[in-house]
Amino acid sequence: MQTYDVVIIGAGVVGCMVARALSRYDLSVLLIEKEADVGAGTSSANTAIVHAGYDPMPGTLKAALNVAGNRMWDTLAAELDFAFERRGDYVVAVEPEEVPRLELLRQQGIANGVTGLAMLSGEELRRREPLVNPRACAALWASTSGICDPFAAVLAAAENAVTNGVTLMLETAFEGFHMEGRRIAGVRTSRGSLRCRWVVNAAGLYADEVMHKAGVRPDFAITPRRGEYYVLDRAQLPLRSVLFPVPTDVSKGILVTATVHGNPIVGPNARDVAGKEDRSATREGLEEVWQGAERLVPSLDPRSIIGLFAGLRAAGNARCLTPGVDYGHDFVVEIAEGVHGLVNLAGIESPGLTAAPAIAERVVELLRDAGEPLREKRSWNPIRRARPRFRDLLPEQQAELVRRDPLYGRIVCRCEMVTEGEIVAEIHAPIPARTYDALKRRTWLGTGRCQGGFDTPRVLAILARELGISPVQVTKKGPGSEFLSRPTKDTDWSGTGPERAGHRVGGG
Amino acid sequence: MRRSYDVIVVGSGPGGMAAAVAAKKNGARDVLVIERDVEPGGILLQCIHHGFGVETLRQDLTGPAYAQRFVDEALSLGVDVMVDAMVLRITPSRHLWVTSARSGLVELEARAIVLAMGCRERTRAQIRIPGSRPAGVYTAGTAQRLVNVEGYMPGRRFVILGSGDIGMIMARRLTLEGARVERVLEIMPYLTGLTRNYVQCLLDYGVPLQLSHTVGRILGDRRVEAVEAVQVDERWRPVPGTGELIPCDTLLLSVGLIPENELSRQAGVALDPATGGPYVDEGFGTSVPGIFAAGNVVHVYDLVDWVTEAGYVAGRSAARFALGDQVQGAASVGLRAGENVRYVVPQRLNPESLADGPQRLQLRVVRPIEGRARVQVADGDSLIAEQRLRYARPGEMVTVTLPPSAYDRVRQAKALVVCVTEA
Repeated sequence: MQTYDVVIIGAGVVGCMVARALSRYDLSVLLIEKEADVGAGTSSANTAIVHAGYDPMPGTLKAALNVAGNRMWDTLAAELDFAFERRGDYVVAVEPEEVPRLELLRQQGIANGVTGLAMLSGEELRRREPLVNPRACAALWASTSGICDPFAAVLAAAENAVTNGVTLMLETAFEGFHMEGRRIAGVRTSRGSLRCRWVVNAAGLYADEVMHKAGVRPDFAITPRRGEYYVLDRAQLPLRSVLFPVPTDVSKGILVTATVHGNPIVGPNARDVAGKEDRSATREGLEEVWQGAERLVPSLDPRSIIGLFAGLRAAGNARCLTPGVDYGHDFVVEIAEGVHGLVNLAGIESPGLTAAPAIAERVVELLRDAGEPLREKRSWNPIRRARPRFRDLLPEQQAELVRRDPLYGRIVCRCEMVTEGEIVAEIHAPIPARTYDALKRRTWLGTGRCQGGFDTPRVLAILARELGISPVQVTKKGPGSEFLSRPTKDTDWSGTGPERAGHRVGGG
Repeated sequence: MRRSYDVIVVGSGPGGMAAAVAAKKNGARDVLVIERDVEPGGILLQCIHHGFGVETLRQDLTGPAYAQRFVDEALSLGVDVMVDAMVLRITPSRHLWVTSARSGLVELEARAIVLAMGCRERTRAQIRIPGSRPAGVYTAGTAQRLVNVEGYMPGRRFVILGSGDIGMIMARRLTLEGARVERVLEIMPYLTGLTRNYVQCLLDYGVPLQLSHTVGRILGDRRVEAVEAVQVDERWRPVPGTGELIPCDTLLLSVGLIPENELSRQAGVALDPATGGPYVDEGFGTSVPGIFAAGNVVHVYDLVDWVTEAGYVAGRSAARFALGDQVQGAASVGLRAGENVRYVVPQRLNPESLADGPQRLQLRVVRPIEGRARVQVADGDSLIAEQRLRYARPGEMVTVTLPPSAYDRVRQAKALVVCVTEA
């Protein structure tokens, strides 16, 4: 049986950041993920904001890790080479009676250690973001807030972990623990059993079920809380930063935000749902999102909608451990009590993306405190480089790239300007993109105005050709999500489609 | 390869090829067509059904056969065709950045440009269908390409949303390939495609059409497992309690086409929100001098024959402009959509063009008129042209001709308003 020092369950942003942090040390680490790609669950459908930290209640783990995490993103983005921009956010008071809440938020932010907070007049707000509701009377400005490419952040962390020696197993579901008394001795997965000394539970929506299998925290429960979103056409909504409404007790509210990819998004609402895989958008929910967004930007035009999606937050019910702080939905970041060898990272809802790098550092501290020697590897390299992205280059650089590899001259996704060269590079990357959605998250193909109408047949052909499989085996997101049912004729066409649709010219 | 052309045409579909042919025939010395696919012809290459050319060629051809005639003609006239190449950007001064695996990234220059990028299909998000996001949701055109060009079936059991032409044609095509088409749903209380397609593609193959119905949601995590059909009221809102689950593994969307104008916008071409395409004059000149537009990039046509005609006009105008004999004539007269008219193309008309011959106006109605109807072109109270129609349906374009005899009245008109009403 394979033996590892640490098995991490779940390759979302938390699991991948932990894998990267642990890859620095002389440990054998295995990262397992039930889906066909990293970052395919909650990490694939969120608001992509690195929060400043004025929102969580002071004294909570959420507050501490939010602020600590926020400070790590510049280095993180520089080392891992993904898009992150501190564009700042505004909490917008539309009604005069909301203004006092802004001051409370500011005080809360100061208590949490957030810098760069300022109150703005409605006039100043409109000067900076002209699209905002003309009735807006004041705003809280948070300069340290940012927007990022959340897919790239997860992938980059995972890639960096893998190149530093972590083993990643996709399509590998956790099934149970091997216990030796009260000590975890290994895990059972859909691909067999493994021995290990430590398990890091970063199972997101399933983190409660994982810990319950070890007999830990029987009262802890994750309630999936759905958030629905619209994606808008960047040409229709020139927005620079992030607009929040004044928050409520359950969520930060429906916001309107720029993204690093260009197309703004609006959302999310917040609805508790029963199913942990139920990422379906509802008519009522989408209606709620639109109305919420219109409150901030009344000129929104439904014709600018180009996409919609829903994500699930892993909302937990853990009490805050700080004496005197009455809060019932704090993060769980702990070495589990009652068993040996389990680290729980649970209830990581928003600001989970922001906090993830800080959570990873906390895991390192927890293991060190538990007596792990944690010797740094001399070979550890924190740097990961992104592969070229055609649309972000200057014309001369584009021309040079095409000269080097002609496949970069062929545009496969027209709306987002993604080339065949980029797609092929991602299919052969350290963590290969083997599904359509994996390519979509890495290159943003299919996310634009035509939503894959143009690129889909071409991408299927390229995936089949590069993976050496039949087009009928190509999936959207792993087994069971095949695009095609069969060739049209009783002839074996396998292998002919790809050349026709995407034949290579020259090298590459 | 040349870097500078009299006329560069973007897109080799029927509009683009006709424009190239006409440009050459009208004296343009060098004409280049740029096509992003690996062979010229455009969307016609995947339209393997027949029915093309009945109006212009008096022949009933398949899409590829129709396309080939114009490709052959263009090549024989000496038009250059660059395939597997994408135009990244067009400037108002008519420079084009083009990328291709074969020739790399190049900058070209044209005396005149014809935009012929065609249109794209409306998507699930644009009509906001709730539900999950599994594999098995395709636009009808994407499915058509998969079946007819790539040679693969995108599913086994289909529901088609939208009674547009591509959707109905795909219902027949998929049935012939052995798939089961459960139903075609149409949100409007009437057919949105051509009646002949309803008869030949749905009726003849026993595919049920359900009007005033849409897809309420999509079910299935990894692959579509079912869609919920719901009835809608007169404001297209779902009627509670009318949901019906239809088990299927694929949903095809045939819910409209949008002229593809991202390049036009970058080039500074003004777009008409009603058509989604550039504002054009009778020669298909856009708001940017020297940039013309032809075919579905201007507005969505129902018959390819009209696209070819439009291409001829645009190509001729482009050649004239390139050769410097484009007469920037007297002030144009604006054309406006009046009662029961969604839009009119062209949006402005130079009265002097009537000296060349009759000018055709094309329009779509807002609501269907199932009895006799008439289309009227008027300047205020003064009627300038009138034409009788057997019926008027939103799915079928209406054409009205301004005769040369209208010259004086058009010249004096402030604006022409077009209406379609019961006769």
